[in-house]
Amino acid sequence: MRNWTLGALVAALGLSAAGPAHAYKIFVSNERGNDITVLDGTSFQVIDTFAVGQRPRGIAVSPDGAKLFVCASDDDTIQVYSTADYKFLGTLPSGPDPELLVVSPDGTRLYAANEDDNLVTVIDLTTGARVVEIPVGVEPEGMGISPDGQTIVNTSETTNMAHFIDRDSQQIVANVLVDSRPRFAQYKADGSEVWVSAEIGGTVAVIDAASKAIKHTVSFEVPGLRSESIQPVGVRITDDGSKAYVALGPANRVAVVDGKTYEVLDYLLVGQRVWQLAFSPDGKHLFTTNGISNDISVIDVENDEVTQSVQVGQQPWGVAVADVPATTN
Amino acid sequence: MSATLPSRDLPRDTPAGARQAAEERPGFPLVAWMICLKGIVWREALRFLHQRERFVSALVRPLLWLFIFAAGFRQVLGVSIVAPYKTYILYEVYITPGLVGMILLFNGMQSSLSMVYDRETGSMKTLLVSPLPRWFLLSSKLAAGVAVGVLQTYVFFAIAWFWDVRPPWTGYLFVAPAVILSGFMLGSLGMLLSSLVKQLENFAGVMNFVIFPMYFASSALYPLWRVQEASPLLYRLCQLNPFTHAVELMRFALYGQMNWPALGIVLGCTTVFLGLAILAYDPGRGIMARRAPGAG
Repeated sequence: MRNWTLGALVAALGLSAAGPAHAYKIFVSNERGNDITVLDGTSFQVIDTFAVGQRPRGIAVSPDGAKLFVCASDDDTIQVYSTADYKFLGTLPSGPDPELLVVSPDGTRLYAANEDDNLVTVIDLTTGARVVEIPVGVEPEGMGISPDGQTIVNTSETTNMAHFIDRDSQQIVANVLVDSRPRFAQYKADGSEVWVSAEIGGTVAVIDAASKAIKHTVSFEVPGLRSESIQPVGVRITDDGSKAYVALGPANRVAVVDGKTYEVLDYLLVGQRVWQLAFSPDGKHLFTTNGISNDISVIDVENDEVTQSVQVGQQPWGVAVADVPATTN
Repeated sequence: MSATLPSRDLPRDTPAGARQAAEERPGFPLVAWMICLKGIVWREALRFLHQRERFVSALVRPLLWLFIFAAGFRQVLGVSIVAPYKTYILYEVYITPGLVGMILLFNGMQSSLSMVYDRETGSMKTLLVSPLPRWFLLSSKLAAGVAVGVLQTYVFFAIAWFWDVRPPWTGYLFVAPAVILSGFMLGSLGMLLSSLVKQLENFAGVMNFVIFPMYFASSALYPLWRVQEASPLLYRLCQLNPFTHAVELMRFALYGQMNWPALGIVLGCTTVFLGLAILAYDPGRGIMARRAPGAG
C-alpha cells in the first residue's frame, strides 16, 4: 500500500514538474517591431522572429493550426503565414486599417474590424474573397464569435456598443450599450455569455447571449492604483467557464474573475501595459503581451501565478497559439 | 621551553588551576568538546529565553520595514525583472532577503554586544579559562548566536508569507545553508568588532559605523542596477560590501538558484573575519594581551 502511495506521489510529482510535452507555438505580433516573435510552448523560449507588414496588431490562428492571420494595420491588409515554416502565403482583402480579427470555428470565414471605416469585413477563407462589409458603430475594434459560429460580436470604441451580427443575414441583430471605449468581446465556451471589456469605463460587461441583456458589470480596484490606470482590454475565459482573465492595461495586472459569481479573485502582476491574452491549447497557461516592457508573461492557470516573463520584440500587441510541433525548419 | 602550551598563550591573570590544566592538555575526548559546546549553546539559549523582548524586537525591526517602509516604496507597478526573479515582483518580495540579512546583521552585532557585556561583568573570564582551544570556544559561541538568528529568520518568513511574500516552498529549504553561512559571516564580524569595542556605551558607534553603512550600501533595499544609475561610486561600495553578497546568496537560494560568486565571497569573508576574531581574542596577540595590564 505504501509503495503504491509512494508510486502515485512520484508519478504525480513527475507529471506536475515535467508534464507530457505538449508541443505548440506561441506567436506574438510586435506592433512597433513590424515582426512576429515565435516562442516554443514547452520552454517558453524565443525560437524565431520573422518580419511581417507594417504595424501588426490582431493575430489569429486557423482552427487546424496551419495558418497565421496577421492584421497589418498600416498596410491595410491581412497577411497569411504558415505556422510551420513562417512562409508568406498571401494576403486577404481586409479593407483599411484592420485591427482585430476572428476566424469562424469551422475555419471558413474571417471577420475583421476596420477601425477607420466603421466596418466589419467578412472574408471567405475558401476563396480568399471579400464577402460583404457590414457597417457598425464608430471605431470598431473588438471581435468575438459564438462557439457555433452563428453570432459575431463587434465592439465600437466611440459608439460604446457591442453589435451582435447574425452570420446568415449579415445584419446587426442587437446593439448593447456598454461602458466607455469597449475593446474586446469574448464568448464563454458554452455560448451562454459574452464578456465585453471597456477600456475607459474600467469595467467588463457580462452580456447574456440569449437575451442580449447585461447580467453583471465587473469593476476592478487595485489598492494603490488610481482608477484611471485600470483599463480592461483583452479577456479570456477558461473552457469550463470557471475563471475569466482580464488584462488591465497600464495597471500591469491581469485580473482573475470568478466565471460564476463575477467576483474578482486576484490581480496578477505582469509586465507593463498588458494588452492581449491567449491560452495554451491545454488551457494550463495563459500568455499576456506587455506592450511597454516588450515582453510576454506566462501565467500558471491552475495556481493563478505568474511564472516568468520573456522578452519578445518591440511593443508586443497580439498573441495567438498554434497547436503545431515547435520545430524550426 | 615546555612541550605543552607555551605560557605566553595564557592571560597573565589566568587562575593557577586552569593554567595547570592547559599545560597538561594532551587532547580531549569528544565528550569534553560536546560538554563545552552544550554549555555555551545552553547559556545562549537561556539568555534568549530570558530576553524575550530581544527576540520580539529583533522581529519587529524587519517587520516594520516590510509593512511600513516597503509600503511607501511599494512600486505598485512592479520592480523590473532582475535575477533570480523570472518575472515582475512587488517591492515587498524584493526586500525580503535584505530584511533577513538585517535580522542576521543585528543578531551578529547583538552577539558582539553581549561579548562586551560579558567582558565587563567578568563572565567572559569564566568562559576563557576553559582548557579547550580558544577557536573552539569562539566558534561555539558563534554557532549559538547563529542558531538564534536562524530561528528569527524562519519566524520572519512565516509572517511574511501572510504578507504575500511567497517564494517556492523548496526555497525555504535551500535558503537554510545560505542563512547559516551568512549568520556565521556577520557573527564573526561582530565578534571581531567586539574585540575592538572597549565599553558597552561604544555600541552606538557600531550601529552608526557598521550596521547602517553595511545595510544601506548594499543590494538589500534596491537592485544594484538602480544604485548604479544613481551613483557609480555607491555601486562600487555596494559591490565591495560583503553584506551585499550575503543578501544575494540568500536571495538566489530562496528561489532555488546558486550564486557562486556570492558564495565564494561570503565563505572567504567568513574565514577572514573568524580568523581575525580568533587572533584578536588570542591572549598572546590580540586585544586581551593589550588589555591585560590595565584590566581588572
